[in-house]
Amino acid sequence: MKQTVAIRGAAHTDHIHDSAFKHVMGAAEYCDDIAEPVGTLHAYFGTAKVAHAKIVSMDLSAVRAAPGVVGVLTAEDVPGVNDVSPTGRHDEPLFATEKVEFWGQVLFAVVAESRDIARRAVELAEIDYAPLDHVIEADEAIARGYPHVTDPMTLQRGDVAVGQASAAHRIQGQMRIGGQDHMYLEGHIAFAMPGEDDDVIVHSSTQHPSEAQHMVAHVLGVPSNAVVVNVRRMGGGFGGKESQMNQFAAVAAMAAKRWNRAVKIRPDRDQDMESTGKRHDFVVDYDVAFDGEGRIAAVDNVFAARCGWTSDLSGPVTDRALFHADNAYFYPHVKLQSRPMKTNTVSNTAFRGFGGPQGVVAAERMIEEIAYSLGKDPLEVRKANFYGTTDRNVTPYHQTVEDNVMPRLVEELEQNSDYRARRQAVLDHNAKGGIIRKGISLTPVKFGISFTATWYNQAGALVHIYNDGSIMLNHGGTEMGQGLNIKIAQVVAEAFQVDVDRIKITKTTTEKVPNTSATAASSGTDLNGMAALNACEQIKERLIRWACDHFEVEALLIHFAPNEVHVGDEVFPFGEFIKQAYMSRVQLWAAGFYKTPKIHWDREKGQGRPFYYYAYGAAVAEVSVDILTGEYTVDRVDVLHDVGKSLNPVLDKGQVEGAFVQGMGWLTTEELWWDQKGQLKTHAPSTYKIPLAGDIPREFNVNLADWSENRELTIKRSKAVGEPPFMLPICVFEALGMAVASVADYAECPRLDAPATPERVLMAVERMRG
Amino acid sequence: MQHRSEIRFLLNGRDMALSDVGADDTLLDFLRLDQRLTGSKEGCAEGDCGACTVMVGRLTPEGLRYETVNACIRFLASLDGCHVVTIEYLGGPNGRLSPVQQAMVEYHGSQCGFCTPGIVMSLYALWMAHARPTVRQVESALQGNLCRCTGYAPIIRAAQAVTDYGTASAEHLATERDSVTARLTAMRDGRRVDISKGDSRAILPADVDDLAAVLKAAPEATIVAGSTDVGLWVTKFLKRISSAVFIGQLDGLKEITVTEDAVTFGAGVTYTEAQDVIAQHYPHLVAYWDRIAGWQVRNMGTIGGNIANGSPIGDTPPVLIALGASITLRKGDARRQLPLEAFFLDYGKQDRVEGEFVESITIPRVAGGYHAAYKISKRREEDISSVAVGMQVTVEAGVITAARLAFGGMAGVPARAAAAEAALLGQSWSEASLLAAAEKLPEDFQPLSDMRATADYRMKVAQNLFRRFWLEQSGADARLERA
Repeated sequence: MKQTVAIRGAAHTDHIHDSAFKHVMGAAEYCDDIAEPVGTLHAYFGTAKVAHAKIVSMDLSAVRAAPGVVGVLTAEDVPGVNDVSPTGRHDEPLFATEKVEFWGQVLFAVVAESRDIARRAVELAEIDYAPLDHVIEADEAIARGYPHVTDPMTLQRGDVAVGQASAAHRIQGQMRIGGQDHMYLEGHIAFAMPGEDDDVIVHSSTQHPSEAQHMVAHVLGVPSNAVVVNVRRMGGGFGGKESQMNQFAAVAAMAAKRWNRAVKIRPDRDQDMESTGKRHDFVVDYDVAFDGEGRIAAVDNVFAARCGWTSDLSGPVTDRALFHADNAYFYPHVKLQSRPMKTNTVSNTAFRGFGGPQGVVAAERMIEEIAYSLGKDPLEVRKANFYGTTDRNVTPYHQTVEDNVMPRLVEELEQNSDYRARRQAVLDHNAKGGIIRKGISLTPVKFGISFTATWYNQAGALVHIYNDGSIMLNHGGTEMGQGLNIKIAQVVAEAFQVDVDRIKITKTTTEKVPNTSATAASSGTDLNGMAALNACEQIKERLIRWACDHFEVEALLIHFAPNEVHVGDEVFPFGEFIKQAYMSRVQLWAAGFYKTPKIHWDREKGQGRPFYYYAYGAAVAEVSVDILTGEYTVDRVDVLHDVGKSLNPVLDKGQVEGAFVQGMGWLTTEELWWDQKGQLKTHAPSTYKIPLAGDIPREFNVNLADWSENRELTIKRSKAVGEPPFMLPICVFEALGMAVASVADYAECPRLDAPATPERVLMAVERMRG
Repeated sequence: MQHRSEIRFLLNGRDMALSDVGADDTLLDFLRLDQRLTGSKEGCAEGDCGACTVMVGRLTPEGLRYETVNACIRFLASLDGCHVVTIEYLGGPNGRLSPVQQAMVEYHGSQCGFCTPGIVMSLYALWMAHARPTVRQVESALQGNLCRCTGYAPIIRAAQAVTDYGTASAEHLATERDSVTARLTAMRDGRRVDISKGDSRAILPADVDDLAAVLKAAPEATIVAGSTDVGLWVTKFLKRISSAVFIGQLDGLKEITVTEDAVTFGAGVTYTEAQDVIAQHYPHLVAYWDRIAGWQVRNMGTIGGNIANGSPIGDTPPVLIALGASITLRKGDARRQLPLEAFFLDYGKQDRVEGEFVESITIPRVAGGYHAAYKISKRREEDISSVAVGMQVTVEAGVITAARLAFGGMAGVPARAAAAEAALLGQSWSEASLLAAAEKLPEDFQPLSDMRATADYRMKVAQNLFRRFWLEQSGADARLERA
């Protein structure tokens, strides 16, 4: 009997990251590691040192005269359009002209023989400003009559007044939610090489090569076909490299064409953090009506966001805050409004969750409010409000929730984490008084998957089989550490039944797959995996058709077995089969394409089906808080997360763990702080504190819901994993709140603002004590 | 003796001799730009993210010692006589992975991979010292390494499993110890090094007396010890530090003398080198010491530098002032000693004349009394303190006879709380006495608000720590510790 041998790297199996060996050897090549051609120049930005002002004069003569400086670029030097707005609103000049709108805005670029020379030359600029008043906070912007940077959105269903009238209780409050810097370990960088005619090649650390390509073309005033953008890998992205690389790519390309030499631009970490956008800060005004059981009757919330000086992606980000303002809960009557406010700060941008986390946090705050006011365990209130499976299942945007696995997920987590007994133990501990208080919380996440810009839900891939049987895989997604490349390679390996080692995953390049969408919205695998599979199927179909003719067998008798192909009774090693096909002139490559089905969205009406499906998860956190100092530790966390039928469980688990800790940082120690002059003072890891190894939960149990399978026909029935788990650590935030509330016997909601730094925790303790 | 005009060191397996080196040249730029060893990454250029972590081996009286350092803020000139080990040297020939690297692969310890080389270096140094590190040891070793992707959990699992993939004694860094020692020893000639690139000049005195002579001749020179602060002057503020006098290599400044009455640390003793003696004689500082910066910075930074730079938020001055420490300043052959608190005159101003240098720090031995050291920061580890506190209270027959309460982050200089101290004198040793003293703190300090903390929080938490002090001394379970 023939032994069944599985392929290495099949779908649904654990497999290491394709670059793991290179990572640990220091051999993985990032943009700054690319060997520089002789004569490479280096650019550096000169930025504004004022938050809001008219530019009276800009004297760059000393900059130009500095030894080693080759030239300076300003708005006047832009050959095409002085604009890098990603949404085509033309509201984001690459170089400031008359006005400075935030501290750190790019005014000019110096190009010099070395980066050190360029950096030092920037300091020689003499700029005369006529300062104007500035606004940093979103609510202050509203008060001062600042405009929206883009059109606000309203989602509405039912009649809020009717709901409020029917309910016994109503709570109104405000919550401030801080932003977050991406703090990708590799900062922004672009490296441009001039070519003949209009051509330029740009290596950039970007999640969105097609946009970088189009933006470079726009700034240079050349067609997109003149520009190639390449991305081998990024040292982290998290959304920060979806639109923010535009200015770097554009300037590198401009300088490369101007001086006909290779040009690299890499900001220092401080400039990276001062001059590129972050997660949006929100001020949420909430108004929730509910009955004596804690069941919500009506929600009427306004979400004001600090968008910064331009629109960037603030429209879709603030939209997504509304899309997730329900989290996992049914609101019978609901009205949600966004206020995307202009402020004199860097233009905020995409960041893992894309506004969703802020919406979810606000939803969970309302649950806390209800629970504290009724003296209930917040988990009971959550359960009372979960979407139903047959009724109570329509979202504020009128999409019906069809795949609700939340009740089962939460039930399992509650049991496996021993939530009830541990909550009682926490209550007992706190009842003894003392300085160290504890808190415990279980919070759920439901997250909609698909770009809400419907046209983004398309992808391409290019698969080549060379005549030696080796396979080259290229797709439109970018690798930023999430394991996208290996997951798609596993799809291809599975399709051809070959070991994954046979597949070479190439860099992402606009030359191979055009018009790609950003690798964002957790969609990388869903979209590009399907496109790659489509390419494989085209090739397989041709191979089968050829084999039927060539070997004169029925198609049913042709079978791709592990590393070999069975044709009737004959067995060919895969490479040999391919060689024969080649000799018979079979086309051994294909371009694949995919677009997500079922989705549609009418933003004006606020109705449609923006999401193909939902991902679910839940987590329990237990914390200890020192009520003398506000310091805390996260003692234990249990996670149960739904990734459908995972393509690579160990990597998906890594995404969940990593997202949890990143989200925990957002809600605890990561604080953006501006001084009175409007300068961001937390602009490097010395002042901006992301979690360390010593901050993660002391006991950290992360499990995937292995029974889950996407009911929609996604790639191998898997689900997206990038963003959804980012919101799991809201349980840490709420557990901290519970510990704080213990000093006042849980009589009222502690109303912690985010991030809950030790300072905010202590000040909340003091406030609760009255 | 004639001065030497080149530095000599080992880079991985190669002997290096460089004569064209300026004071500001960093090790990281040398590795990446000159040598094209691009495995070490620049993440922050300020010693906080660890992506540039390399190991530096140097000869000590106890033999060859390897330590992790941040290449971004380590000056090239300071590596004279050292063995620099980068990620490229860890594996064996033919692409074989070291056990640390193998474990990181097997446990999926990398995602984007950018922090990974630095993390591998830290874990390697940890593994050389601990075959089976505890979770706490791993966390401590990684205090200076940021990872934004993994959430660290798989890295900690990998770190604990390294020994499953090999033994440290079989690694080439272990088997080559004798030959490396011989090669480094051969580089030593006892001469002053005086090198420059263009108009940037670096001097490595031959010994402490030579340092005194150099500074007397060039009193305006920048003194560089561990470069954990001076490094940032260059990488962040683009300052030129020439002429720079490097003192981190001087064995004469690394002496630790323990007498019946006091412990004296040479100004060049690093936090790491001080650790054991601190633990032995000042046990209340153990947890505090572990929270000074990250491992790499503790391996580079010196107690003397922490004092000499005069920062109001340095970690060591408050706790040393509370212990009654004094410092010895030297100019030429003249020495003077002053209480540590007297050194800090005003924000940015210290009692040090040109050409004078901090030679040593003397800390009285602890004899009875109550002691505490607290650090409050936004993030528990590798953060700059919002408030740092040292407390020492002497009690005789139940009555407080002496009190030294020193605070950092509460004023422009590290300083004692005179009013609070006075309030304690003559009072009974009780919670009430401490709380009454805390009430006096606003008379001593009017702290500022900044990105680390508001003035209100600083004052509130500083006052609350008086209560913490009481609770701890009275044996209450009052302190949050990461088990």
